[in-house]
Amino acid sequence: MVEDRPILNLLAHLVLIMGVLVVAFPVWLAFVASTHEATAFTSGVIPLWPGTQGPENYAVMLGQGVSTSGAPPLMLMMTNSLIMALIIACGKIAISITSAFAIVYFRFPFRNLAFWAIFITLMLPVEVRIVPTFKVVADLGLLNSYAGLTVPLIASATATFLFRQVFLTIPDELMEAARIDGAGPMKFFRDMLIPLSRTNIAALFVILFIYGWNQYLWPLLVTTDAKFYTVVAGIKRMAEVADAIPQWNFVMAAVMLAMLPPVAVVVFMQRLFVKGLVETEK
Amino acid sequence: MKRTIFGNQGLPWLLLAPQLAVTLVFFLWPAGQAVWQSFLREDAFGLKTSFIGLENYAALFRDPQYLNSMQVTAVFSISVAVLSLGLALLLALAVDRMLASSRIYTTLLVWPYAVAPVVAGIMWWFIFNPTIGIMPYVLRQMGYDWNHGLNGNDAMVLVVIASSWKQISYNFLFFVAGLQAIPASLREAAAIDGAGPVKRFFTITLPLLSPTTFFLLVVTITYTLFDTFPVIHATTEGGPAQSTNILVYKVFNDGFLGLNLGSSAAQSVILMAIVIGLTVIQFRWIERRVEY
Repeated sequence: MVEDRPILNLLAHLVLIMGVLVVAFPVWLAFVASTHEATAFTSGVIPLWPGTQGPENYAVMLGQGVSTSGAPPLMLMMTNSLIMALIIACGKIAISITSAFAIVYFRFPFRNLAFWAIFITLMLPVEVRIVPTFKVVADLGLLNSYAGLTVPLIASATATFLFRQVFLTIPDELMEAARIDGAGPMKFFRDMLIPLSRTNIAALFVILFIYGWNQYLWPLLVTTDAKFYTVVAGIKRMAEVADAIPQWNFVMAAVMLAMLPPVAVVVFMQRLFVKGLVETEK
Repeated sequence: MKRTIFGNQGLPWLLLAPQLAVTLVFFLWPAGQAVWQSFLREDAFGLKTSFIGLENYAALFRDPQYLNSMQVTAVFSISVAVLSLGLALLLALAVDRMLASSRIYTTLLVWPYAVAPVVAGIMWWFIFNPTIGIMPYVLRQMGYDWNHGLNGNDAMVLVVIASSWKQISYNFLFFVAGLQAIPASLREAAAIDGAGPVKRFFTITLPLLSPTTFFLLVVTITYTLFDTFPVIHATTEGGPAQSTNILVYKVFNDGFLGLNLGSSAAQSVILMAIVIGLTVIQFRWIERRVEY
């Protein structure tokens, strides 16, 4: 702020409060809808203030699901989402940190080719190669499995670049010292590089967890068995029925539960989240 | 480049193996398949395939539905970019004036980043539901009969709002960082010379913010081209009458539901070319920023 202008300050507060309200508006309505009975949505306009059915609605969704729309209990779907998000986040970090280590600390034939092969994944989002990728996964017999849900998404150029960048800033003297002390490459990797990139790993984990949890198209395609449904992909199946049979309260309870974990991660780990976001864009 | 390295020859391949294996099997091979398939024609039963060169591409550019899809994508992308960048800049400028409360406001504004696009789509779909939604009710009072199931413009407005709502948080964070990187002394000097806030914004802040704006424009366009698939799929499904059938949704629709593999593959290849173009632009911009 350069100069004190009370009117501008007031205006800025006004803009921000409006912004916060607009951003929160759909979530408030979703929350309100999730606390009413199904009959509240049959006619007229939707309620704007919470009802009393909240605990019952959430209990039904978590425990039994909605059989009419083929939705298994949300407890199961959320567990699947959690497993998927954790495997994707940890998997991406694990294979990227070793790749970056290989690219930065070794000289070997075709090193540049390997680097470019990884780089290219940046340009091939799953949406554009969806049919052939699906076919590969089907041929490998990975449909309806956690491996099929996660492994095809696990390559990461962004994470590899991030760790490469981090390693390049680590002084060469550290490695020389480690070698003089008789440490081999894996010992150096385990005892020096990983501890030194701990905060980068944590920041990246936050971003990748959100990425993994919010996967939509891929889980929708590779899971046909309700045992492997994830909550984000499952919402579409529920909402399809909501137009015909009014059960907006249940759909909105699912919506609230689907966004709760990733939003909580952003709110409670805001510093790591911002760090991760900025770093992955470099 | 490191001056000192480890001498092993086998170990780096072992370290790279998992990443390269996933890349080859699930990225490069399918992408190659898509390119190859885009030159083939398969008959309705998948019994006979014949090589037809660029015919699939030629057919696409003769197809009014594909040309319509391109136009729809352009309208959609530009609308989301303008709306989400504009609002994010406004909010970032306001936060930049705050001292003590900036952290609270930031927290309250960034969380939609974590909301899945499909969830954003469903929430706005609910708000705009023609029979019970709150917005159609308000609009009816004002004399407008909203129905995104019948009116293509209404459907477009719905998906634009839902997609922008989610992207504002991201653009906001980067605009705030961009504003903080502008040296305060520049704006102070201008203020001493008698430039008011509006003049300072247009002569100092906006030009110095242009690298950030350009970067966010590229990121947002990439977002509208690919990551908004769930919004379309969960709400309008490309309709009504193709009015929200964006390119990435059409690839999916033609390939999985229409089973027109050759055409879908050709569309995939065109989309890949677009991503490659956008990625190159993004990386060239970053190189320039480093020099700067």
